[in-house]
Amino acid sequence: MKKAVFICLGLLVLLRQDFWWWGDIEPLVFGFLPVGIAYQVGLSFAAAILWALAVKFAWPADVSVTQDPDSNS
Amino acid sequence: MTSVIIISLYLTLLLALGYFSSRAFRGTANDFFLASRGIGPFLLVMSLFGTTMTAFALVGSTGEAFKVGIGVYGKLASSSGIVHSACFFFVGVKLWSLGKRHGYMTQIQYFRDRFESDKIGLILFPVLVCLVIPYLLIGVLSSGTVITNLTSGAFPELFASTQGGVPAWLGSGVICLVVLIYVFFGGVRGTAWANAFQTLVFILLGFVAFALISIKMGGPVNATRMVQESNPTRLKRESTEQDARLFQARVQEWEEAQTASTISAERRKPEAPSEIPPLVFFSYLFIPLSVGMFPHVFQHWLTAKSASSFKPVVIAHPLLILAVWLPCILLGTWATSAMVDGRPVIPDGFSDANSILAVLVKELTNPILGGLLSAGILAAIMSSLDSQFLCVGSMFTNDIVVHYAGKDRFTDRTLVFMARGFVITIVAVTYGLSLFEPGEVFAMGVWCFSGFSGLFPLVIAALYWKKTTRVAAYACVFVTGLVWAWFFYDSGFGKERGYLIFGMLPAATLVAISSLTLVCVSLVTRPVSEKTLKKFFA
Repeated sequence: MKKAVFICLGLLVLLRQDFWWWGDIEPLVFGFLPVGIAYQVGLSFAAAILWALAVKFAWPADVSVTQDPDSNS
Repeated sequence: MTSVIIISLYLTLLLALGYFSSRAFRGTANDFFLASRGIGPFLLVMSLFGTTMTAFALVGSTGEAFKVGIGVYGKLASSSGIVHSACFFFVGVKLWSLGKRHGYMTQIQYFRDRFESDKIGLILFPVLVCLVIPYLLIGVLSSGTVITNLTSGAFPELFASTQGGVPAWLGSGVICLVVLIYVFFGGVRGTAWANAFQTLVFILLGFVAFALISIKMGGPVNATRMVQESNPTRLKRESTEQDARLFQARVQEWEEAQTASTISAERRKPEAPSEIPPLVFFSYLFIPLSVGMFPHVFQHWLTAKSASSFKPVVIAHPLLILAVWLPCILLGTWATSAMVDGRPVIPDGFSDANSILAVLVKELTNPILGGLLSAGILAAIMSSLDSQFLCVGSMFTNDIVVHYAGKDRFTDRTLVFMARGFVITIVAVTYGLSLFEPGEVFAMGVWCFSGFSGLFPLVIAALYWKKTTRVAAYACVFVTGLVWAWFFYDSGFGKERGYLIFGMLPAATLVAISSLTLVCVSLVTRPVSEKTLKKFFA
């Protein structure tokens, strides 16, 4: 699952370069959002979902800290 | 005058917030610089987002969308949603953990330890401070521009040269002073509280502004239709022969209407067609990497209570960016063609990109809402300025004074006092530079972020590649600084708007050169000791 999440995140970076809609205005999503920006907005939602999956399935194991050096000093 | 009163009330409220956060101040340097590492998830989400969303995001993005259209969202907003969260996930959490374990307060302390090198601080300190100054400049400059535009007409006799608006030098001076005061009162806890409060203010008021302004433009559908008729290239990223012909035809129509002495009641004078070449678009992906090396973001990372506090930050960040950037970019794009009551909202031939948002707010909302909305814009600007002020003070005190003079030589009170002194010096320098009106906020931001992006490979290598050597780290910082300075000089100190290297933004080349230097030098020089490797990679 961890690998799948990171591969999807990599794909998301590639999908950002949406050359297929470079010169298109229509269809206008909701009647006012040109398809180019609507697609990029969709990527923002996809990023949030994928990061949520990364947090759930790929959270680094070596980052929890119990000692507090500031309180010792 | 209503705007002036509301802005004054808002600034007073911030000072009160700074005062109350000072009641929680424990008087120690650790508390001043790191809020005793006790910031929970909600405050961390808000303070980190507020810190990364600067004048660049509001004032800069609206102005840039006015010039090139909706493509600005893909250039920086969607990419930042992916890359910023990646920086928090892969760099932030790990650095927080190391900072907590080994008691770091600044980036330089970490790099000194990681590379067993005292001198690396002497190279990094001036490079980081020099790169933070243009970032500060963006905020100082924008606050002055916003205040001048939004208060125009308030003091017609006192400030006749600015149409009665508070002059930029005075507006930005007041903003600097307010931020300095609440930072001095409450340290990083004060800035975290103020950031959280101001982030909520600018998101909420941003929605209100967007709704009101788009209604005034006849609704989003009508606003987009006007752009489609007058400036269609602003709704895509390509400019064709047909667009050029349409532009000529529209200009001719507009000129005929002017010659006939009739008011051009149908359309605003069209803007020249714009486009975003695919390679340039691609290279914008390198700009958000800068977040991984921002010293003020590093400082906010260290304030986290636990590693889990980062989880909501990583998830929410792309959506918060969406919430701020999308309305700004749509407003900037619509402003190119918007007509209200038979006249253009933005006057024909208007070229001050930094002022577009302020003019929209001023022209299309009532004075009370205009005042509130201007407070929202200033909130976004100040929520970054405060962290940047604090981080330069922290770096000077911890990385230079304490490091070379010894911690025991000074009391915590003296350390905080010295940090404040250095902050005042840097703010005075930045304020002085802002008086020369150095350029467009968006362009300045991109230059500043490019430098930090160039240093990003250093932090990634330090965290994940055991073979990174001390000499490679020196070479990376030195080469990145030198190449950045050359590019900046070569572009006429940022004045050449379309300055590209291999058809891409300089940031892409900087990251490539910096990575190559790190890898090549690391392969031929001696790695750090086993003891250090165990400390960082156990």
